[in-house]
Amino acid sequence: MHEEPLVRWDWIGRNWPSIQVLLEDHVVMALVPIVIGLLVALPLGLAGVRWRWLYQPTVGVMNVIYSLPSLAVFIVLIPVTGLATRTTVMVPLTFYAMAVLIPAVVDGLTSVPDHVRQSAVAMGFTPLRRLLQVELPIAVPVVLAGLRVAAVSSISLVSVGALVGRGGLGYLFIDGWQRQFYTPIIVGIVLVVVLAAIADLLLVLAQRLLTPWSRARGAA
Amino acid sequence: MVAGKGGRVNWLIDFFGNPDNWSGPDGIPVRLLEHLEFSGLSLLLAMLIALPLGLWIGHTGKGALFAILSANAARALPTLGLLVLIVLLMGVGTIVPVLIPLVALAVPPILVNTYEGLRGVDPDLRDAAYGMGLRGSEVLGRVLVPVALPLILLGLRIAAIQVVSTATVAAYVGLGGLGRFIVDGLATKDFPRTIGGAVLVALLALIVQLGFALVQRVMVSPGVSQRQTIR
Amino acid sequence: MIKFDRVTKRYADGTVAVDDLSLEVPTGEITVFVGPSGCGKTTSLRMINRMIDATEGQILLDGVDVKTIDPPTLRRGIGYVIQQAGLFPHRKIVDNVATVPYLLGWDRKKARDRAMELLERVGLDLKMADRYPFQLSGGQQQRVGVARALAADPPVLLMDEPFSAVDPIVRTSLQEELLRLQAELNKTIVFVTHDIDEAIKLGDRVAVLRVGGRLAQLADPPTLLARPADDFVREFLGRDRGIRRLSFVSDEGLRLRADLTVSVSADVSTVRGADESWLAVVDGENRPLGWASVKDLPETGTLADVRLAPYGTFVRGRDSLRGALDAALLSPSGSAIAVDEEGRAEGVATREALDEALGKVAGGVGA
Repeated sequence: MHEEPLVRWDWIGRNWPSIQVLLEDHVVMALVPIVIGLLVALPLGLAGVRWRWLYQPTVGVMNVIYSLPSLAVFIVLIPVTGLATRTTVMVPLTFYAMAVLIPAVVDGLTSVPDHVRQSAVAMGFTPLRRLLQVELPIAVPVVLAGLRVAAVSSISLVSVGALVGRGGLGYLFIDGWQRQFYTPIIVGIVLVVVLAAIADLLLVLAQRLLTPWSRARGAA
Repeated sequence: MVAGKGGRVNWLIDFFGNPDNWSGPDGIPVRLLEHLEFSGLSLLLAMLIALPLGLWIGHTGKGALFAILSANAARALPTLGLLVLIVLLMGVGTIVPVLIPLVALAVPPILVNTYEGLRGVDPDLRDAAYGMGLRGSEVLGRVLVPVALPLILLGLRIAAIQVVSTATVAAYVGLGGLGRFIVDGLATKDFPRTIGGAVLVALLALIVQLGFALVQRVMVSPGVSQRQTIR
Repeated sequence: MIKFDRVTKRYADGTVAVDDLSLEVPTGEITVFVGPSGCGKTTSLRMINRMIDATEGQILLDGVDVKTIDPPTLRRGIGYVIQQAGLFPHRKIVDNVATVPYLLGWDRKKARDRAMELLERVGLDLKMADRYPFQLSGGQQQRVGVARALAADPPVLLMDEPFSAVDPIVRTSLQEELLRLQAELNKTIVFVTHDIDEAIKLGDRVAVLRVGGRLAQLADPPTLLARPADDFVREFLGRDRGIRRLSFVSDEGLRLRADLTVSVSADVSTVRGADESWLAVVDGENRPLGWASVKDLPETGTLADVRLAPYGTFVRGRDSLRGALDAALLSPSGSAIAVDEEGRAEGVATREALDEALGKVAGGVGA
């Protein structure tokens, strides 16, 4: 068995349809937590900026959540959300995403220079318009930097779910280990890294589109 | 499978209350020590690689783009996949196979935060330091590192927590550590064991978190930490 | 003495920051480099302590080419003050000031004692010593910056726009503090600023640089104001250089009249017949109180019953002709009261006297 090549291309060809299913499952389980995490982090981050006393406790709670091992959380959740379900994997990933994104939103909003905020007030922006048209756009680069970290680690972490029966491409690691067979493991690693790279690239492109004014100063 | 809150608390009592779980080669103390050994060794190796590299890149500005890009790529490596691949290639027997993925996990946050910490130091401060006649190494050691320390420690903290959490998966390929309770519990449908293991790892991660908060308080000059809370 | 000998700084992209600069900075004097942005004034300053190395030419420090000295060693012997102070945020004020003494291996106690002495000298409350920089105002930080530069008692001080970032009131007090310190210490100071008023106020000599790093004129302030070398310097000096020039003309030539002061206890009847329309009223210790208008005097009583008009004074022998003129403009009488250092009236400089003194200045170079 160990004399065989590291990658057997014919295995990939034969199993491509099932790899594709795992890939889709992986994308969904990685993406949904990031989207939900962002949707929750935006209002919480805003609240943290408006009411400063709220921020430290929120970050404290998020730090605690962030330090909980993913595998441990998957397991504690099994009795509630079931073994081998997408929900079991996505719930903790959503919290991890929030733990990264809330500080990013707060840092982004506090990075708005005070004179810019003041002049927006002076020109008669209502608080909502000021938020949407002035503060959020300026916060975009910092928020997107947080989003890049969250996306990459989310994509990488989904595979741990394989240990509780639902890990997208992580299944290939279990499969390869049980059959002592390199090919699925290598295919899994490569696909996870490629997914992460694509996500990162898309976010960089999004930043260029959303903040054309920062392009002149070079990439962040 | 359906269990109320009382049920799960009972599981914990079953696990932690059983004296057999506190002694022998599969007892909590032994598994905890194994876990600390993997994690501590990996973190130490990662520090030996990432700290000097991050300091050098941050101080000289050389190779920054390359280092940051590779660090980001390394973040995407799935630890579980890397672990099973390396164990298949090298075989079990030593703890080296588990160290490699954990070091790969810990290097990026340490490297990136050290670099960013140094780059973020006010250029006027560098200028003043050189202008007063500090040599390059003195500027780094006496000015840049103390000022960048909060970010450097943040990188170390993130790395430590991720390593402690992720070292759990070592059990999957037959190695020890607190992950044993989780994996064995899953395999034998012994839920108290699994949950007990999960709780232990979570507690350990929290202790690491608290430990770093303490280190930060002791090591970072109040002139630096208080200035930042004002912002 | 610092000597620039045909110094040029050319960057890799071909930009010339300093072009063939030759000048001398005399020992124990303040030489100010002034000019618009892009004139190479900061570059010139930074070439002295080798923060930047010159491309061509030599900079000699007491006859030694700075390029032959190892930069850290060179810099430890030269005080350096920058715009944002650049204090180390992680160190207490006293340790910030003691930075160079520590580097030079001084005993810790001696270094700290020296730091405390300097904090006092630059006018800081010693309570500040154990604080961190973020707890100080901008002006206080700048004072610490000056104290830090002086800590190892270097003969040379380089100051790069040190007072540009503080508000005008604080800036004025920092400038005066510097002049007071310099009167005690006699350092060789190179001071960079873009503010011509600051240059004229502080400089024993002023080097005006033009964009592209060429020296336009090097002169003492009165000469600069009286005889700008060309249109560029004239324009840079601004419109009211005639008035400003008066700051450098001594008031010694000013004729004073002693017969125009009168004691507040005098009866109005004794002064009613005076030939003048205004008299300076002084108290029992001869300190000015104000001007009394002769035609509006009441029928009876003393001068204490009279409503006095505001007045201006100048210190005889210390203030310039500009000070005297300014004092005169503050009085309805158009005359200025001269006082001694204790504030006692010495006499009155009338419009005629001022006119006469101004007439002498207008033609010549003055001073």
